[in-house]
Amino acid sequence: MATLSAVLATTHHPFFYKATELTPPEEQMPQAAEWKSKVEAYRETLTAAEPELLVMVGSDHFHQFFYDNYPTFLIGKQARYDATFYNEIREFGMPTYELEGHEELSGFMFQGLLDRGFDFSVSSELKIDHSIICPIITTRPDGDLPIVPIYTNIFAPPLPSPKRFYDLGRAIREIIDEFPSDKRVAAIGSGHLSLELGGPRMFEEHGPDPEWDVQAIEWLANGDIESILENVTWESMSTSGNATPGFLDLILMLGIAGPEKAAYVDDLDLYHTREMYMTWYPDGDPRKAEHRKEAAA
Amino acid sequence: MSKYAVNRFLFQIDRDPVLLAAYKADPEAMVARWEAEMAPYLGPWGQTVERSSVVTLSAEERRMLVEHDYVGLFEMGAHYFLTLTIFIGIYEEDYMTSSGPLAFQKEYRDKLSHWIGKQYPSVAL
Repeated sequence: MATLSAVLATTHHPFFYKATELTPPEEQMPQAAEWKSKVEAYRETLTAAEPELLVMVGSDHFHQFFYDNYPTFLIGKQARYDATFYNEIREFGMPTYELEGHEELSGFMFQGLLDRGFDFSVSSELKIDHSIICPIITTRPDGDLPIVPIYTNIFAPPLPSPKRFYDLGRAIREIIDEFPSDKRVAAIGSGHLSLELGGPRMFEEHGPDPEWDVQAIEWLANGDIESILENVTWESMSTSGNATPGFLDLILMLGIAGPEKAAYVDDLDLYHTREMYMTWYPDGDPRKAEHRKEAAA
Repeated sequence: MSKYAVNRFLFQIDRDPVLLAAYKADPEAMVARWEAEMAPYLGPWGQTVERSSVVTLSAEERRMLVEHDYVGLFEMGAHYFLTLTIFIGIYEEDYMTSSGPLAFQKEYRDKLSHWIGKQYPSVAL
């Protein structure tokens, strides 16, 4: 059976690449160096798990999904994926990517989800946007591993409940655990803490609800799904910022990890939003194994 | 009120640099062209065979699109992401040149400040 070697849940900040790579050093924001070093430290948490393929969870930002036919949950099943759209290249300076797909795990995942009562849509021509490419840039910038992309609707209400997102994560975990393969799989999902877009609290010095962000990180870091399900609703998220329902994909990632304490937790308070970097190691913490190896040598 | 039609206009114009430039240069002409040549066809993907009669703008919606009235669009419940993205695409560079980074985004934000502490208009269709 496949090994789930790491689960990563992170915010996605589309300006990271522009702020740290495309802007000349003398013009960079004061936090650029710290931001970059936190991202590089986070990347190490994935590298240490030695993944061979990636299950990626994200959300389309009105690039390929529109109200004429908006899927609630969708999986890509393709041999390869193109990435990033014209308007996110225009606005964020996003790079383009061509990522290899893993059709076998996509097919196994799709069937497994249907069997568990998650009636997914499926695409054979899915183009990937920055919700998946941001974490590729931060955690696997070479884009050298095959992916299985899973898209959720966190954007066009009404949305499924927080519990449904958690249960979907649990189902994805079971399916990865049952995948008949000797591969090491990592699951990486991106979403948001409190966030406002196109409203009166956007682009402030901090995110729209910094206190809620600290609470939300603590819930996730402790694997405290009970508190999340008691406190997080569509209304509560919307009160913290109109785009805060992006938190649902972080709840989904906790579902994949299970109700466990995270092995790695970091964050960075930036203008407009707080960034979060979190990793679980369902198969044991490989960084501790490294330490043991070094100590023995 | 036809939020779907307004959202579809924003979606279709923002994803095409030629249409976006036309909407910046002459909003009234672009809205008229969209209503004549794009709205009457099924879906937002630019196909021109299958017709669809469901996408029509009210006079007030047309005015908001012609005047780049993003406050009005927010208040009618057009999707905040579509509205923000297209007007950043139109105005950010000019504001950057005259007033520095994020100048347009901050003006946009401040024009909506009367909504702080209130429940925003729903974007649900």
